[in-house]
Amino acid sequence: MNLNVLTTAVIRAAHYLILILMVVYTYSAYAAFRTRNRGGRDKLFLRQNKLMLAIHFLAYMTMFLQSLNTELLVFYGAQLIFFLFVLLLFRNLYPKISKSLLNNMCMLMMIGFVMITRLSYDESVKQFKIACLGMIVSLLIPLIIRKMHVLTRMTWAYVFVGIGLLGLVMVASRSVNGAKLTLTVAGFTFQPSEFVKIIFVFAVAGLLAGEHSLKRVIIATVLAAVHVGILVVSTDLGSALIFFVTYLVMLFIATRNPFLVSIGILAGAAAAVAAYFLFSHVRVRVQIWKDPFSDYANTGYQLAQSLFSIAAGGWFGTGLDQGSPGAIPYVEEDFMFSAILEEMGGIFGICLILVMLAVFIMFVNIAMKLESRFYRLAAVGFGTTYATQVFLTIGGGTKLIPMTGVTLPLVSYGGSSLLATTFMIAIVQGLYMLRSDEVKEEYEEERFQQSKQGRYGEDETLRPSGPYPQGEPEPGQAAGRRQ
Amino acid sequence: MNLNQDKPQEEGSKRNTELVIVTWIFIVLLLLLAVWVSYLEIFRRDSLNSNINNTRKSGASENVIRGNIITTDGTILASTSIDDSGNETRSYPYANIFSHVIGYASNGRAGLEAEENYDLMTSHTSLLTQIRKSDDGEKIQGDTVVVTLNPTLQQTAYYALGSYRGAVVVMEPDSGKILAMVSKPDFDPNSISSQWQNLVADESSGVLLNRASQGLYPPGSTFKMLTTLAYLREHPNDYDSFSWNCTGSLSQGDVTITCYQGEQHGTESLETAFENSCNTAFAEIGLNLKPDSLRNVAEDFLFNRSLPTELQTSGSVFKQTKDSSAGEKMTTAIGQGDTLASPLHMAMITSTIANGGIMMRPYLVDHVETYDGDKVTKNNPSIYKKLMSADEAQILSQFMQGVVTSGTASGLSGAGYTVAGKTGSAEHDVGDSIGTHSWFCGFSNVDDPDIAVAVIAEDAGTGSAVAVPIAKKIFDAYYYG
Repeated sequence: MNLNVLTTAVIRAAHYLILILMVVYTYSAYAAFRTRNRGGRDKLFLRQNKLMLAIHFLAYMTMFLQSLNTELLVFYGAQLIFFLFVLLLFRNLYPKISKSLLNNMCMLMMIGFVMITRLSYDESVKQFKIACLGMIVSLLIPLIIRKMHVLTRMTWAYVFVGIGLLGLVMVASRSVNGAKLTLTVAGFTFQPSEFVKIIFVFAVAGLLAGEHSLKRVIIATVLAAVHVGILVVSTDLGSALIFFVTYLVMLFIATRNPFLVSIGILAGAAAAVAAYFLFSHVRVRVQIWKDPFSDYANTGYQLAQSLFSIAAGGWFGTGLDQGSPGAIPYVEEDFMFSAILEEMGGIFGICLILVMLAVFIMFVNIAMKLESRFYRLAAVGFGTTYATQVFLTIGGGTKLIPMTGVTLPLVSYGGSSLLATTFMIAIVQGLYMLRSDEVKEEYEEERFQQSKQGRYGEDETLRPSGPYPQGEPEPGQAAGRRQ
Repeated sequence: MNLNQDKPQEEGSKRNTELVIVTWIFIVLLLLLAVWVSYLEIFRRDSLNSNINNTRKSGASENVIRGNIITTDGTILASTSIDDSGNETRSYPYANIFSHVIGYASNGRAGLEAEENYDLMTSHTSLLTQIRKSDDGEKIQGDTVVVTLNPTLQQTAYYALGSYRGAVVVMEPDSGKILAMVSKPDFDPNSISSQWQNLVADESSGVLLNRASQGLYPPGSTFKMLTTLAYLREHPNDYDSFSWNCTGSLSQGDVTITCYQGEQHGTESLETAFENSCNTAFAEIGLNLKPDSLRNVAEDFLFNRSLPTELQTSGSVFKQTKDSSAGEKMTTAIGQGDTLASPLHMAMITSTIANGGIMMRPYLVDHVETYDGDKVTKNNPSIYKKLMSADEAQILSQFMQGVVTSGTASGLSGAGYTVAGKTGSAEHDVGDSIGTHSWFCGFSNVDDPDIAVAVIAEDAGTGSAVAVPIAKKIFDAYYYG
């Protein structure tokens, strides 16, 4: 057998090995929720890192064997160092952060790096540089959260900055076609709506954390409506929907009033119907969703190509560099998931969805344990933002729902989205550490008063009996949250 | 006013109830994505891969030689050969005979070459063979598409239609297998590239259009099969007592319906009116049917709908509504007016009657196999829907058999096999004058139908004169070879 045969065989083997490793990783992401003892968990997290780095290695090896481009080897080396640094620094500087969240974040970024490299080497280098910047800033964020309690009292600053930035984009980029609304400052082009997501969550948390009188709720609702309205006018429907859903969820958690939320949902539905009749681009999106092939050559082309990609891949995928996801216009921004389905296959894609679900569950898990209303609301807000964005992107690209043109957090190409998501996760990590502090204080108090043993391993909320046993305590069970 | 309905000092567990609800909603939504991806992979993949717009080939397309198209008895209809310098040539041994149904793979794609492109350009041969081939620098042979077409029937139909423009569709009523599909004018797919400019320039004749599945014609009197069904549904018990005195014409407002060449059929029952293809009788039926009866029947039988098949088809048209005038009602009932149908569609309707009221999905691909003969996928007959009761199908069959024994299709009687059918002479405007398309729809061996045939010869005259003899040659070829 000569080299050619060997190469083909190795590439095939690597592909199937990646699929197996991904399934094992996904399993371990959920096993982490169940494993209670600290030693077992640490072992599990270490194994997750090995799995991730193995997939990373196999993917770059595959791409190298097919292109024999030595730049790829250097790039791989740089990424390897990046991941080792991120994992080691976070773990050592902040021993109390959620390693589950850290590992899943790295996993998603890694998949993004691989796919963007496959689609466009130049863009992947850009993405990698931004990721490095993001990580340096992210390293400081947990510290900031911990030390600067003033963050919880800057509500109006958040409101003004958020609305100001969105308004600025709306005015500055009237001429830009479509929903890709960006600002260019000193040569850097960024998409403010990605960062305003974070600011918005803080603003709403600030508005609703205190007493929620009717007046307070009305003010918050009006301000949220201003955000959403600006985005709708800017034709950034995906972001508008994310802000809307995030606000509703936060309102529900804060006021615990299903009536208010029902009104919100009804108002949202009415607005959606109105948007359908008012804006032609909304009608076009719905039409594409109903039948992308009816206007195949024009508006339906992108979604039709996305569906062809998915069909070309099947359950097992064509293998990296073997498909033609480049046929989808803007694939690396809007249709990353379809590219993944084509080359890595449906099984890998479903695993990816499950890893993203694990990230969301971790967000909520942290929110559940926080005592501070402000931080609790913020964590819920971030979780909602994240889950909604995942749902809109993947659902839109696979024709489950109409396309809204948002990116897949951490995976899609796009510096603003990547930075905003890593910051968001870093903030939640900071909150997780706060919660550890809170728990510790209470723990000591409790032990002093009751001499009662507690368990404080991380991620403990999820037990085998069900994802949220704390939600439905048995009658008569005292202090259900920490028995 | 405090909107918070709970005490400020809540217990942790209770405080989380809303969060749990929200979390479950999002868990369900994200899991829905996973379910949806599975749905796409399981149920939508094949049709997306064979979608006519899909120009993607399988992953290793550059290393695949386009597969062959053969019939179930092994006759090669399309194959690719490679000369010493590596040039690939697609050849079609039957040249013009299968032109539209097989289609072409250069200058764009059409027919089965388009619909089955993905399979032809995919190889399911063993991994070992693939690796060995690529090692030797050889290309891998793509999968073979095995079609339901019967070369004898296809040739017979092709030559029987002669120099007429038009189409012939032959199918098995109880399986939906298409045995022959001819469209004229035709072309030679072997020389498609060199002839391309001429073929495209000639817009008036539409050489490249597959008239069998995409041509739309007024169905003429063949539509009376459905008008009769609508009448049977309104008069399930007393259709026998229908009686009509044909005086050769019937006027209503400014529209006058006449029988062919003004013939007067005299007193007729429903059955004899059907056998005589009496226009005045059916115009009268059209006037008296309830407003939506005919439309409901037509739409049940897929007018204004897409046909349930993977083939490229044009949708048949039925326009009559509740508000239509008396004139429109009369012309629609006899298959004139704005009604349009494709020959494939008429063959499906005929097959439904032959098959006891059950419409099968028509298909051309029997199975796909690797070049060395291992099965890859198999298409099985599948039921589209039961569109009429066995009794209704029985009555229509009986009427249609009468058309052959003592009506307009008597040219098919006494041939040693039984046939049930309906002729049509569909008038249409040609500039200032009126042309007549010649139609025949029917099936053979009435007690246990073997094949159903739809024939249309454009501007050829009456159904009896042209389409019936064409159909007879096909039935003869089926029974006597």
